[in-house]
Amino acid sequence: MKPDSIVSIRQLNYTFGQGKLKRNVLSDIELDLKSGEIAMIEGPSGSGKTTLLTLIGALRSLQNGSLKVFKKELLGASYDERVRVRRGIGYIFQAHNLLSFLTAKQNVWMSLQLHRELTKNEAENRAKSILSAVGLGDRLNDYPDSLSGGQKQRVAIARALVSRPQLVLADEPTASLDSKSGRDVVELMQQLAREFGSSILIVTHDARIVDIADRVLYLEDGRLTRDEKNHN
Amino acid sequence: MLPIAWLQLTREKTRLMTAIAGIAFADVLMFVQVGFQSALYASALGPHNSINGELVLVNSTYQTIFSMKGFSRRQLYRLRAIEGVEDVSPMYIGSADWKNPENGTSRVILAFGIDPVQPTLNLPEVRENLDRLTEIDRVLFDRASRPEYGAIETLFQQNPALEVEVNETRMRVVGFFTLGASFSAEGNFICSDLTFLRIFKNRDPEQIEVGVIHLESGVDIETAKQEIQKFITSDTKILTREEFANMERDYWANSTGIGFIFSLGVFVGFLVGLVIVYQILYSDVSDHLPEYATLKAMGYRDSYLLKVLIQEAIILAILGYLPGLGVSWWLYELTRTSTFLPIYMTVSRALNLLLITIIMCSISGAIAIRKLRDADPADVFN
Repeated sequence: MKPDSIVSIRQLNYTFGQGKLKRNVLSDIELDLKSGEIAMIEGPSGSGKTTLLTLIGALRSLQNGSLKVFKKELLGASYDERVRVRRGIGYIFQAHNLLSFLTAKQNVWMSLQLHRELTKNEAENRAKSILSAVGLGDRLNDYPDSLSGGQKQRVAIARALVSRPQLVLADEPTASLDSKSGRDVVELMQQLAREFGSSILIVTHDARIVDIADRVLYLEDGRLTRDEKNHN
Repeated sequence: MLPIAWLQLTREKTRLMTAIAGIAFADVLMFVQVGFQSALYASALGPHNSINGELVLVNSTYQTIFSMKGFSRRQLYRLRAIEGVEDVSPMYIGSADWKNPENGTSRVILAFGIDPVQPTLNLPEVRENLDRLTEIDRVLFDRASRPEYGAIETLFQQNPALEVEVNETRMRVVGFFTLGASFSAEGNFICSDLTFLRIFKNRDPEQIEVGVIHLESGVDIETAKQEIQKFITSDTKILTREEFANMERDYWANSTGIGFIFSLGVFVGFLVGLVIVYQILYSDVSDHLPEYATLKAMGYRDSYLLKVLIQEAIILAILGYLPGLGVSWWLYELTRTSTFLPIYMTVSRALNLLLITIIMCSISGAIAIRKLRDADPADVFN
C-alpha cells in the first residue's frame, strides 16, 4: 500500500449468485487512489463499475481480497466500522436522492449532523456558504420539488462535500442532466474537491466530462483493463 | 438535530390530516365503548353502592337485582344476636308496572321497599324525604329514569299532588332522587316497605330480597362475615357490599353478551387505528426508501431510522388522540344530559386511552419497520 493512498485495493474478486448461477462481477482488481486525485471509471453497463463503487463505499460486504479505505481494512469489518468509513465519504447519486421533506439547507445539514464537533452556528454558516458556492445562496429554504434537476444535483453536491470528506464517490452524476448543467455540476464538484483536498471517484458513461479527471480507468467484464493519466 | 420525524409528517398535510382523523376516529370509538360500558355498569351498580351497611344477606342464587329470589326475613333478624352486628334492616325489591300519567302506557319499573326508619339505601335525597315516605302510598321517583315513564318531575312541579298508577294502585309522588337507568331497569322508585306490600299485593311479607347488616364501628368486616357465615342456612349467602356489586357486574359482563360486545367494540377501535397508522407509516417509508437508503450510505445507523419511525408513530398517536379526546368529551356530555347515564371523562380513562393509542401506534410502527430493511444503501447506486 502506498503511503498517501486513500483507497487501496488488492486481489479483489466479487461474485453474485450461488452455485450454477454464480457470476463473477469483479476479478483481480488492483487499485490505489491517491489523496486529492480525481479518477474516473468508464466502462459498458454491467461491467461492475457500480459494484466496485458500493464496495469502496462500505455499502456491501467484501467477499475476499483486500480493500482499505482511509487505511481501514473493509474485509470482515463490523457494522460499526463500516458506518464510520461511510461517514468519511461524500456520496453523489445519479438520482439526487434529496429528502423531499427538507429544504435545501436542511438537506445539507443532514450531512453535518453526523459530525458532532460543529456548533449549531458553525453548521448553519457552513451549510449557507457551501450552498452559495454552488450558486444556490438564494434558494436555501426551497424544497427539492421546487428546484430544477441541475439545482437538485447541486444541492446533492453541497450535501456530499459540506463535511469536507476525504473521498467523494459519484455514480453517473450527470446522467439525468442536460449537457450544460451536467458540465456545470461536474465542474463544481471538481472545484470544491480541490478546495477541500478530497479525492473523487466518478463512475460515468458521459464522455463529455472525461477532461476533469486526472486519471481514467476502464472496467470491462469486471477487470480493470486500462489505467491512464489524463493530460488535458 | 433536525426533527426529521416532525418535518416529514408535517410536509404532507393531507396525509397528516388523514392520519389524525383516522386515529381520532379510533379513539372516539374506544372512548365511547369504554365510556358506555362503565356508565352502564355504574348505573346497574347504583343501588349496590348506595347500600347503607357493610354486609348484605341475599338468596344463594343471587346474580342480579333485576331478578331476585327472596328469603325469610327471620334469617336476617337472627343475625342481630351475633356480636359485632349493630343492626339489620330488610329491603324488598321487585318489578312493577308503571303507568305513564301523560299517555297511559305501561312500562316495567324497579321498585325498592325500604324501612323509612332504618333506610337501607344511602342516597342524600332519600334521607331528606324519609318522613314523607312514612305515610302510606307515597313514592320517590328516580329522575334519571327513561322519559317513557312520563315527565314526572315537570308534572310534579306543576301539580305537587301528582298521582301515578303502579300495579293499578294509585300512588302519590312526593320527591325525587337520582340513581339512573341501566340495562334492564329503565326506571326506579323507592317507597316504604308497607307501601311496597300494597303495590305487590300477592307477596308474602316474610320474603325479603336483601338484608342489610350494619356492623358496630371498629368491627372487622371480613371477620364478621365469617362469623355470620356459621349462622346462615345454605339457601342464603352473606356478601360484602363490594362483593354484592361485583357479582352484579360479573353477571352483566359475563353471563350476558354485554361485556363481550363492549370488549369487541374496543378491540375493533384498536384495530381500525392500528391499520390506519400502519398504512400511513408504511407509505411514508416506501415513498422515502431511496432517501432513507441515502441516509444509511451517508453514515446514519439503522437505529437512527428506527428512532425516526417510532417518533413518527408517537407524534401521530398524540396528534390523533387530542381531537379524539375532545370529541369524546363532547359526546359524553351529550349522552349524560340526554340519557342520565353516569358517563364521565375521568383522568385515569383519558390516560389509559392515551397509553393504548401510543401502544397502537407503536405496534403499527414496529410492523412498518420491516419495510425499512428494504432501504439497502447498496441499491441506491443504480
